[in-house]
Amino acid sequence: MHKETILNACVLLGLLAVPLWALQMDEPFIITLATKAVIFAIAGVGLNFALGLGGLVSLGHAAFFGIGGYAMGILASHAQGYTPVIEWPLTIEGTNSMPIIWLVAIAFSALFAFVIGALSLRTSGVYFIMITLAFGQMLYFFMISWPTYGGEDGLVIYVRNGFPGLNTLDPIQFFGICFTLLCLVLFIVSRLAQSSFGLALGGARQNEERTQAIGIVPYRLYLIAFTISGAITGLSGALFADLNRFVSPTMFSWQTSGEIMVFIILGGMGRLFGPVVGAALFILLEHLLGGLSEFWHIYLGAILLGVVLFARGGLIQLIVGREVAHD
Amino acid sequence: MTDPILDVRNISKSFGALKASDNVSLTLLPGEIHALIGPNGAGKSTLIKQVSGGLKIDAGEVWFDGADVTGLSTVARARLGLGRTFQISSLAMDYTVLQNLVLGALGHQGGIGLAAYFRPVMKDPALLAVANGALSQVGLEEFSNTRTSELSHGQRRQLEVAMALTLSPKVFLMDEPMAGLGTEGSHRLTGFLDELRHKAPILLVEHDMDAVFALADRISVLVYGKIVATGTADEIRNDPVVRTAYLGEEDAT
Repeated sequence: MHKETILNACVLLGLLAVPLWALQMDEPFIITLATKAVIFAIAGVGLNFALGLGGLVSLGHAAFFGIGGYAMGILASHAQGYTPVIEWPLTIEGTNSMPIIWLVAIAFSALFAFVIGALSLRTSGVYFIMITLAFGQMLYFFMISWPTYGGEDGLVIYVRNGFPGLNTLDPIQFFGICFTLLCLVLFIVSRLAQSSFGLALGGARQNEERTQAIGIVPYRLYLIAFTISGAITGLSGALFADLNRFVSPTMFSWQTSGEIMVFIILGGMGRLFGPVVGAALFILLEHLLGGLSEFWHIYLGAILLGVVLFARGGLIQLIVGREVAHD
Repeated sequence: MTDPILDVRNISKSFGALKASDNVSLTLLPGEIHALIGPNGAGKSTLIKQVSGGLKIDAGEVWFDGADVTGLSTVARARLGLGRTFQISSLAMDYTVLQNLVLGALGHQGGIGLAAYFRPVMKDPALLAVANGALSQVGLEEFSNTRTSELSHGQRRQLEVAMALTLSPKVFLMDEPMAGLGTEGSHRLTGFLDELRHKAPILLVEHDMDAVFALADRISVLVYGKIVATGTADEIRNDPVVRTAYLGEEDAT
């Protein structure tokens, strides 16, 4: 078995063990921290699919994170106010059901990712970074100036949404939901990466000219990857909103896009578990360093610099060394 | 006479004032190797790019397998069966040799169906058969699991040819396949291309004159974007225009 596979298993077990230990010690706050790490990990896995595999440096993934969040916020706020979301041409009621909210979040973020991707992918390199950033900022300022759903103040949802048969307000049960979704997402992404689609996408990242010469259109691969990537990040946005029972335009801000990218850089770009390791490390640092100083980001910056300068492949490569990617 | 499989008709291409292709016509017949030679900057690679679809043509037409492909993209032409190799190895460097070849086989298979999104591609028997077939034809079997970036220059050239093989093309467009190979490497590849012409004809751009004169059924000489002569190896050797313009007296003996 590969060293990386063993490490991946350890990471998953560790992520599961911490909240269970916290449950024993009666430390619900730590369970919440672990849940946050898991949700961020899903967002990172989503971005990593486009960034690591397809080489698409998107600085606009906050858009999909935010759309997922507002899918939850809008549906749940209508449900708690007993008002329909729209009345014409047909009446759509709000809902408290997590599975429905997830599906809506995935559908809308995928749709937006498809449209944004279709336009942005006509460019590449720095232009692609800037245009995705611009789309993200566009949605950010749109949300700020849309008074119906709280504008700058965002939306407060009083009760966490429900999942059939579970008490979602119990931290460990909500953690269980998020953890299961993370495993599901990891499974899907690993299958995709090993498929012919994944091989062609990685090939296009490394050599576009060659991919064309064998009769495959890179643009189409990129667009599919970007859409799937956006959908996964959208799902994590819905979960994040449910964790906080609050959504605000901050979810759309470019800092959010940057943070998601930081998870990937810390853990290891293009590695299946890179963003998982990165998100866990990020939460850990935020908690430990945040206790020392309000300006903990300065330490994070130093660590990030160290990783970029001395450990290009992130933490995972530091531990397992360089191996041939996914085989 | 047999119909040409590739028919380039009066194509012209300019970059500003520079005429890279000046009313160029050439044909490729089934089973032949047609070599394109000429001094540096004569427009050989530009011509290959126009045939493969990487560069737009200013005027003229490219006919392939009885159809006008002038307006088609690189991808569409590749699917029709134009197999191109690159002057500078153009491979997925992070992939293993086998992964590169499976990628090539994937292109030949006609792209990616929806069902293929969840099947591990490196276990697909049909694709592996094509990839391994190409691998053994160029003699790279033992490097199957080597990362491409770790191959030597010569091995990359071999892989470059193998990539074209996985496409089972109707025509090979080879842009300096011998570039940077040692004497022994060129010699081996020459023997290999000699066999390959029976599978599909080759339009060959090459600087290695020994290889060109040993292989080519016909040779066209390109100087400043114009074809100054076309003929058999002997005819080209003895053509006075070619001797002065390109080969130089001492090389032409």
